[in-house]
Amino acid sequence: METLLQQTVNGLVVGSVYALIALGYTMVYGILGLINFAHGDVLMVGALVALEAISLLQTHYPELGLVPTLLAGLGVSVVVCMILGYTIERTAYRRLRNAPRLAPLITAIGVSFLLQTLAMIIWGRNYHTFPQLVSTTPIEPVAGVFITPVQIVILVVSAVLMIGLVLLVNKTRLGRAMRATAENHRVASLMGVDTNKIIAATFVIGSALAAVAGVMYSSNYGIAHYAMGFMPGLKAFTAAVLGGIGNLAGAMLGGIVLGLVESIGAGYIEDMSFGFLNSSYQDIFAFIILGIVLIFRPTGLLGERVADRA
Amino acid sequence: MSAPILQLRDLRIAYGAIEAVKGIDLELAEGELVSLIGANGAGKTTTLNAIAGTLPIAGGELRYNGQRIEKLPAHKRLRQGLALVPEGRGIFTRLTVEENLRMGAYCRRDDDAVEADLERVFTMLPRVKERLQQVAGTLSGGEQQMVAIGRALLSRPKLLLLDEPSMGLAPLVVEKIFEVISSVAAEGVTILLVEQNANLALEFSQRAYVMKSGHITLTGSGDALLADPKVRAAYLGEV
Ligand SMILES: Nc1ncnc2c1ncn2[C@@H]1O[C@H](COP(=O)(O)OP(=O)(O)OP(=O)(O)O)[C@@H](O)[C@H]1O
Ligand SMILES: [Mg+2]
Repeated sequence: METLLQQTVNGLVVGSVYALIALGYTMVYGILGLINFAHGDVLMVGALVALEAISLLQTHYPELGLVPTLLAGLGVSVVVCMILGYTIERTAYRRLRNAPRLAPLITAIGVSFLLQTLAMIIWGRNYHTFPQLVSTTPIEPVAGVFITPVQIVILVVSAVLMIGLVLLVNKTRLGRAMRATAENHRVASLMGVDTNKIIAATFVIGSALAAVAGVMYSSNYGIAHYAMGFMPGLKAFTAAVLGGIGNLAGAMLGGIVLGLVESIGAGYIEDMSFGFLNSSYQDIFAFIILGIVLIFRPTGLLGERVADRA
Repeated sequence: MSAPILQLRDLRIAYGAIEAVKGIDLELAEGELVSLIGANGAGKTTTLNAIAGTLPIAGGELRYNGQRIEKLPAHKRLRQGLALVPEGRGIFTRLTVEENLRMGAYCRRDDDAVEADLERVFTMLPRVKERLQQVAGTLSGGEQQMVAIGRALLSRPKLLLLDEPSMGLAPLVVEKIFEVISSVAAEGVTILLVEQNANLALEFSQRAYVMKSGHITLTGSGDALLADPKVRAAYLGEV
């Protein structure tokens, strides 16, 4: 029972990070019908830029407190990723807007390689220790169930960002224009919407969320690395498909569900496989889920119509 | 006569190698209600889309208020008062009725006037008001057409292009829509109306152009064209 509760807590934490990343995939897919495979690498850049900024601050302004240092590092990382997201859309995807589907998809994979290679050149191949600015000493709110302060921060920040995004998309003029553009670029432009700007804004917002997710991911696991974006990117893509790609609520639900399945699965995989597999095989759950969803419910949990978009 | 608000000169529009509009001349004076009629495939929708800026032109001149606008993207033309209610209505089906209407006012910053204009749209189209929070995709065809027109009006157009507003609608609804069009015209909005229902269009408009296979074949006052046997042939698509 404690295992279940403990793994539920862990699952919610990773799930909310997946959810934040999945939102970026799903927003871009919703508006362009494009799977932005470079999204996971934006997260990686976010983590490494934050690491760099935090190290610089700690060297030059050691008197700055932990929280201001972390916030400043996060801020720099968010801004850099917003610019990066904008640049990717502007230079790589925009000119392919009317190209056959395969062209932007392959370009996305190319952008992903490009970012990883650049990051490798800048930060090397080594794993970097990510500073633990928020405590990772577990507390025990319920007997036998542990949660670290950094995990609590992740849960709270994710929840706030998700609520903020939902409000932005559903209640603001920009959000309305995003939804209108997602449904029909041509008619949106007939309403006076500069659809290029709206698409760029979508990339910028998604990249900002990825930056925050990257910093949280690295804070949770204590490392950062040039190839670290791949796994969470793939998991978040799975989460977006699971929830119904193009659907915001679906991406959040998919992220949480995936985090829970993975975490709870990892807790029991040893028993389930009679000791043959251990918890380091937890990644298989994501891909089993992806397979099952694609076979039995390709529209995802909350999605309606994907066929006419893909 | 004042300078024309819209002027097409030898306008050509092509889909790839296929020319759909083969050099047409057309003029609208401010405040006019003019219709453009013609059989299926004549090039009417193509012409309206090019005027609104969602299709590029292949040659000729396109002037709005005396200015060449060929290079202006659609969203900037709207900001200059040129609105199109597209063929098939172009409702945002996943947005609510109210959100659809507010999209029409997307470029406006005069919030109080927008609210007042919304109220005016409601009095013009009372059935829309009862369904404000409904997702627009669930509306009937007639209701969607009303929303599409109301939405365009919320941009406060100077020139309104309407592409087959009566398409697929019951006679009573068509009548209601034409009442709305007349009252908009009476307020001084210039209107270019594309219609399959040529009888109705000619009856309502001051002048009309008849289009056939990418050319304008006839033009004249609504009444004169109504009486012309060649027109009856043209809009029915007979040779
Ligand atoms: N997207 C397109 N690609 C290629 N050809 C097109 C396209 N759209 C229209 N056409 C062609 O251009 C010509 C004019 O079409 P258009 O839609 O302008 O006619 P229309 O007068 O509006 O007809 P309708 O009364 O049926 O709406 C037709 O021959 C049509 O087949
Ligand atoms: Mg047409």
